[in-house]
Amino acid sequence: MSVTEKIDVPASESSMDRPRRLVAAVDRPDVAFRWIARGSGTVVLVIMSLVGLFLLYQGYQAIQVAGLNFLTEQAWDPNSGKFGIAAVLVGTILIALTAIFFALPLSLGTALYISEYAPRKIKNALVTIVDLMAAVPSVVYGLWGLFFLSPEILPVSQWIASYLGWIPIFTVHGFKADDPLATPTVFAASTFIAGLVVGLMVAPITSSIMREVFTQAPLGEREGALALGATRWGMIRSVVLPFGRGGIIGGTMLGLGRALGETIAVYLIISPVFVIQPHILEKGANTISALIALRYNEASPFELSALMAAGLALFLMTLVVNFVASIIISRSRSGSQGD
Amino acid sequence: MTTVIGDRLPPTTPEARRNTATIRTVDVIRLLGCAAASIGFTSWLYFSALPLEGFLGFVLISYGLFLLLFMVVTSFDENGPTVRDRIIEVVVNSLAFLMLLALFSVVFYTVGRGLGPLGNLNFFVQDMSLAGPLDPLSKGGVIHAMAGTLIMITMALAVSVPLGLLTAVFLSEYPGRYARIVRTIVEAMTALPSIVAGLFIYATVIIFLGFNRSGLAASLAITVMMLPIIIRSADVVLRLVPGNLKEAARALGASTWRTVWTVTLPTARSGLTTAIILGTARGIGETSPVLLTAGATTFLNLNPLSGPMSSLPLTTFALVRSPEPNMIARGFGSAAVLMVLVVLLFALARIIGGRGPGQLSSRQERARTRQSKVDDYRFRARELGARRHVGGGVSERERTSPS
Repeated sequence: MSVTEKIDVPASESSMDRPRRLVAAVDRPDVAFRWIARGSGTVVLVIMSLVGLFLLYQGYQAIQVAGLNFLTEQAWDPNSGKFGIAAVLVGTILIALTAIFFALPLSLGTALYISEYAPRKIKNALVTIVDLMAAVPSVVYGLWGLFFLSPEILPVSQWIASYLGWIPIFTVHGFKADDPLATPTVFAASTFIAGLVVGLMVAPITSSIMREVFTQAPLGEREGALALGATRWGMIRSVVLPFGRGGIIGGTMLGLGRALGETIAVYLIISPVFVIQPHILEKGANTISALIALRYNEASPFELSALMAAGLALFLMTLVVNFVASIIISRSRSGSQGD
Repeated sequence: MTTVIGDRLPPTTPEARRNTATIRTVDVIRLLGCAAASIGFTSWLYFSALPLEGFLGFVLISYGLFLLLFMVVTSFDENGPTVRDRIIEVVVNSLAFLMLLALFSVVFYTVGRGLGPLGNLNFFVQDMSLAGPLDPLSKGGVIHAMAGTLIMITMALAVSVPLGLLTAVFLSEYPGRYARIVRTIVEAMTALPSIVAGLFIYATVIIFLGFNRSGLAASLAITVMMLPIIIRSADVVLRLVPGNLKEAARALGASTWRTVWTVTLPTARSGLTTAIILGTARGIGETSPVLLTAGATTFLNLNPLSGPMSSLPLTTFALVRSPEPNMIARGFGSAAVLMVLVVLLFALARIIGGRGPGQLSSRQERARTRQSKVDDYRFRARELGARRHVGGGVSERERTSPS
């Protein structure tokens, strides 16, 4: 301000120069609206907390009986007091990791293609198609995996087991590579197939997050890299990928969260077992959500409580994964806006 | 590395026009040649050299060979970074192609196998109560599942849309500690696996309160699952509404309620619609909450308050677990109906939404231009009338302004 005004304030009146009280006149509909909005927020808060608290309350009974065995016991027979989530927990994590193993390259490639390589004309169509893929119901993926993919993938499983069987997780019991009469049925309904289908389900979600972050990579730095003589891959490696690292990690973890909680596709494909099954190619696998879908129906009140505890464990796991993912994603976005 | 240019281009030739096309002929030839060579080599391996079988294996081996050949051939006349660039380009392209192939395979396999039952019109008008597992496809249908899906999703939307939108408005209009707590809890609940939402309703409504399995319970489970999704995406959309629009409304003396109703919500309308439609698509496709709470049936039940009810995904799930081929075909049919429903919803969301807040369609833009012309005319007429009334004659500004 160039103009300054000099105001003479009499000494006696200086005591009156205090901050004004700001009072907004709020009319009656506005007050009502505020209470309605706040009320609906409260209702949502109550419902959502109720889900968590109810799970905790119901599950507590079972956890109290089982104690630490809940995490180490493999069998699931709550009515005789011998139950735990060791087998299903390991199964859940294995299927989710297999899913991410396939989803990560697939979604990274698709995201890079859409943001860097695709002709401008088809870019929007591709974005729509990938988003649509994320909206396809999981039961449809399950059908596809069970009836189409499963028979196709058996020879691949067999091949991996024959040549890479010496790696512990690829070992398959009851399969001899040099037996010409060996049937591939020992490979059906395995962690590998379920993980592949779930991976295909989460890949579009992961990919759309990665693409969003990649397209935000600063144009100036891209052009700078190209002007210095970088090839397209050189530009991607030195600008787009470092910039999008948060999006890659966050998107992958969000996909992991979805993969951990997937029910129906897994339930359709696997044949449930209640031992820790570390051999991912072998028949038989289990997850927490499949366990709930399998056992809720004829459950006694105590078994229901045990199922609740298992659901609580699943929920806590996805919660941690999702929170970490959203923190990483929001950090990577705030960085882009600061540029 | 040194590059010698002079040898190839004698200075006497006239300056050639530079080719700025991004696709070079030599690249295309290289690509096609390598593809043909790899397929040929793999065929030889498969049919003459090694005891291999399986279509997928054939594709995998020939792709690996293709990459190898392509690298070797490119390295004959390109430098290291260029070879790496070309290889990565091929890999990225094929990964994206694989993803699209997977989608088309999922959609067309499901719809394709569902065409059998879909061809019979009774599939859309009958339920499964009179059709046994061995009956031909000309008997029985999924009208009960279609009606069930429609009833459940309508009831779920009737709760979750008003509640979700009001909560999203609350989060964006009344920020503070309380809103932050609500937002944190809602974001946490988007991680809730859908089967746990179903288990919650099963344990509270059915075991604790003693109701039977019904459409109402299923729609409650879907609501619990959908509510955080709708709130979260609506919250994101509302945050994109430009602050100066809201401030203009407040400066004109509008209350919070008037600002929300006349400025914020209309501005964000297309984004909010998209959020709701995508939430609906998720809700329609969910099987596990319905599995726990609705109770599968084979007959048409239009009353959500009593008796079990079925939905499309649940019927699909129940049908394909039967060993009879006709039942599996019916399962695929109902999955195809579900897919078509989801694709339609998605197309609707793309048509309505996809536009940022405040961006108008061309029709809306024309309407708005017309409206402001009318307003402008009205203002001028009033101004002119007022001047005449005072008797000031025509002012300087009006004489110079084009009319």
